[in-house]
Amino acid sequence: MIREAIDGENPDRLYTVTGGRSRADENAFDLVTLIVSESDPTPGMQSEHAAILRMCRSPVAVVEVAAELKLPVSVVKILLCDLLDTGRIAARHPSASVGRTPLPHPEILKQVLVGLKNL
Amino acid sequence: MDSRISEVAGQAPPRSRTPLASTVNDALKIVIVGGFGVGKTTMVRAVSEIRPLSTEETMTGAGIGIDDTGGVREKSTTTVAFDFGRISLNEQKVLYLFGAPGQQRFWFLWDRLFAGTLGAVVLVDTRRVADSWYAIDRLEHHGMPFVVARNNFDEPEHTLPQLREALSLSDDVPLVDCDARHRASSKSVLIALVNHLYALSTAQETSP
Repeated sequence: MIREAIDGENPDRLYTVTGGRSRADENAFDLVTLIVSESDPTPGMQSEHAAILRMCRSPVAVVEVAAELKLPVSVVKILLCDLLDTGRIAARHPSASVGRTPLPHPEILKQVLVGLKNL
Repeated sequence: MDSRISEVAGQAPPRSRTPLASTVNDALKIVIVGGFGVGKTTMVRAVSEIRPLSTEETMTGAGIGIDDTGGVREKSTTTVAFDFGRISLNEQKVLYLFGAPGQQRFWFLWDRLFAGTLGAVVLVDTRRVADSWYAIDRLEHHGMPFVVARNNFDEPEHTLPQLREALSLSDDVPLVDCDARHRASSKSVLIALVNHLYALSTAQETSP
């Protein structure tokens, strides 16, 4: 893959940061999949990749990564795919996965209730 | 640690983010749906441990409708933006709260963004009750359990039974009053939702 220098002022930034790709595997990441860095940024790494690795030293949800980078969620998923494929991040997927029974288990809901009441 | 942050790509220096505990391994979602200016972000802010953040998802050509801004606020965009905050529940679980616009085009993204959501809060502005009809219809269509919360900026003109009738809301959907500006009030709405989900879930577990 060709890594190009990114100019933040470039109007075609979204196209550039993803190398022209428009879709990641939609199922690879949920909005709230938690991302954890498995390595530090390396010199010459695409700046968005490096920013993600710095940001995710403690777990960060995909949607927070998107908000911090000011990029659409779908673009961030493409960047995360790159990092996951090269083993630089780990992904902690939500237990409430798609296609399961529509309602969460009472035990999980109990934990949510306790957490909310402690607010 | 860098003593001097010099981010490339014109990024602002990192804000003082409140990091999640390293042990957190499961994130849950609740969505607050409502029309423009009804107080979704206010409610997220009232209970979130972080300042609400906002992000967006881009739309493909299909399903781009026209916003009914009804003079509340001028908004026109070809992307769907949404706000969110979070609440750490315990050492393993974190709850993300999303404030999502209820307008037509948003529902094309529901499955992509909000599959696996625990449940939803429909936030109602009594001056614009019609805004909520579509959201309620769509949640029912998606089989997503929800409660309805009336956000009272002022003294409400109608009783909750009157509002229930105006919304054609069935009796098994909880309807509560709230003031989204206040933490305790917003928290009680979320608790009402989770209690509702709990009742549904235990009923499902015990049924044959």
